[in-house]
Amino acid sequence: MQKVLTGNQTVSWGVMRARAQVIAAYPITPQTTIIEELANLVDEGKLEASFIKVESEHSALAGCIGAAQAGARTFTATSAQGLALMHELIHWASLGRLPIVLADVNRAMAPGWTIWTDQNDSLSQRDTGWLQFYCESNQEVMDTAIQAFKIAEIVKLPVMLVLDAFFLSHTAEAVDIPEPEEVDKFLPPYEADLKVDFDNPRAFSGMTGVDIYQEFRYLQHEAMNEALTVTEKVDQEYGKQFGRTYGLVEPYRCEDAEAIIVTTATATSTAREVIDQWRDRGESVGLLKIRTFRPFPTELVREALRGVPKVGILDRNICPGFGGIFAQEIKASMYDMEEKFRPDIYGFIAGLGGRDITPDTINEILEKTIHPEKTEKHLNWIALRD
Amino acid sequence: MSPQIPGQITYDIPQQEIMSSGHLACPGCGASLCMRIALKIFGPRTVLCVPACCWAVIDGPFPYSAAGVPVVHCAFETAAITATGVRHGLDIRGIKDCTVVAWAGDGGTFDIGFGALSATVERNENIAYVCYDNEAYMNTGIQRSSATPIGAWTSTTPGEHPKEEPKKNLVEIMAAHRIPYVATATVAFMDDLTRKLKRIRDMEGTRLLHIFSPCPPGHKSLESDSIKISRLAVETKVFPLYEIENGLKYTLNHKPKGIPVQEYTRLQGRFKHLTEEDLKQMQQRVDYEWDVLDKRISLFA
Repeated sequence: MQKVLTGNQTVSWGVMRARAQVIAAYPITPQTTIIEELANLVDEGKLEASFIKVESEHSALAGCIGAAQAGARTFTATSAQGLALMHELIHWASLGRLPIVLADVNRAMAPGWTIWTDQNDSLSQRDTGWLQFYCESNQEVMDTAIQAFKIAEIVKLPVMLVLDAFFLSHTAEAVDIPEPEEVDKFLPPYEADLKVDFDNPRAFSGMTGVDIYQEFRYLQHEAMNEALTVTEKVDQEYGKQFGRTYGLVEPYRCEDAEAIIVTTATATSTAREVIDQWRDRGESVGLLKIRTFRPFPTELVREALRGVPKVGILDRNICPGFGGIFAQEIKASMYDMEEKFRPDIYGFIAGLGGRDITPDTINEILEKTIHPEKTEKHLNWIALRD
Repeated sequence: MSPQIPGQITYDIPQQEIMSSGHLACPGCGASLCMRIALKIFGPRTVLCVPACCWAVIDGPFPYSAAGVPVVHCAFETAAITATGVRHGLDIRGIKDCTVVAWAGDGGTFDIGFGALSATVERNENIAYVCYDNEAYMNTGIQRSSATPIGAWTSTTPGEHPKEEPKKNLVEIMAAHRIPYVATATVAFMDDLTRKLKRIRDMEGTRLLHIFSPCPPGHKSLESDSIKISRLAVETKVFPLYEIENGLKYTLNHKPKGIPVQEYTRLQGRFKHLTEEDLKQMQQRVDYEWDVLDKRISLFA
């Protein structure tokens, strides 16, 4: 079935197809229409779920944690300040090994108050042990939403489904919605092996001594490593059944590239167009899209960038005083590569607080990467006003 | 049950122990006794949602648990909403015949968890909430909470500056939410306590039991005095035993003897600095609050 859906509606329909059982959520722009649509779907009986209309994002995630501990498939959604308010429980969900799926509609952090997109809200949650998938299109949102539950339940870690405010959340596209029976085959009902069980009572998430805490962390880390292969496998399986795969990264026209630009989320679509134009002019440039920030696809990134002379990384986020966050991750991944294969890497910051990333932005980044005489290696601000 | 002898109280408390020994409570802990009795009444099909509080420690370190029923430890401010989530999760899985209990201290109830509690009561979620109130942050070493009574020493109201503000009235705030059921209890009045535990086990909607819980290290009292202090809290009118249905129907469950407040405070080192004048003022405050309660009881009788 095809329908014209906004990115946010797509999330809701994906969650419906995944048959989430307990939803706990609180409104925040630009996420709100996700939970409005879910409220409608539950109200109309299209989704058999319990919707807890809580008083804060903190309680939204706490409610999901309780429901997940009781063995239910759970979902919540938020943005920016809401995700920041959840932070304590973001850690809790992951260390508690609860496969909660959360849609974060990327919104820049206040102050000043803003509702427009950038990635600092979700990337601030880097070290919490959540998987993070950044989507480029509404179709990818739909497919990733369904995959997310399956991956989360296999590796027992929560998943953040991330989409750009407005560029996806409020923009309508034709989306292919998989049939319910097909999704049921792909994603059977959730069976938690450890949950509230009166015949076998357990204490969950209790006091943990110095003799065992580090081992819980080790297992969480190993689960994130396992998530690399699981994400790949689930994506392949999805592709076989529904005809669409995304990979953890997607190299685009990278063959014999002199320079590659690395992008995430919707900026990738703009970059594809620009790369096509440059290729039409005979320039050997390519694009690497990174879809999964956690688990970070280190080997795939190394493979894609190995031997490429120059790489420009577009970050729609900033680690103040240091630089772009994807740039940090990529540089760290390349550190021990043999020098002759290791590219020159240039970092670019653009599009913060929802500022448009246009073809001109991409052109400028490509120019500065290919002709780096006046380019700072570490950090370059694009379209910065005086 | 043993045969009833006229004039003698017979407790109808199940023999079966669900909570085990080996827990980590301090000697004389009111909170551990509350739990032992509560689990006898609630039975094995009970889930406890325990935020940061003494009971987060008392239950025992991983992999041990003294409770004998499923325990979901949760973040400090989330007892009410975690219990709500567990309830919804079990309901949607078709598991209805069980009691989901949020079991929190006064810090997690009166202070940091208050927002989530208020919202849970407003939505009338189907959970039982038990606040064992030891009137300070005892687990972190006796810091003042909004449940600490006026005049009490704590480690953050030290020296010459005991707490200057009166205790927050949780029960009245719950009543203002029109909560289906809210009641007070202590471990000194066991028949009253068990009746209320049964009530919150068997009814639907949000129901809250506020249990005064002596804490020998925090109250600077003798371990052997915990029951006596609980009884005196009631008989001095400091902590009256009453219940409110739907926020309006007040019932007094025990007519206090009106023993002077000093009889209660003198057993607790946390009040030892109080002067005659301080005690006089405390007595006046207790009498005033009692009058207000008494009027409410008559008003809604």
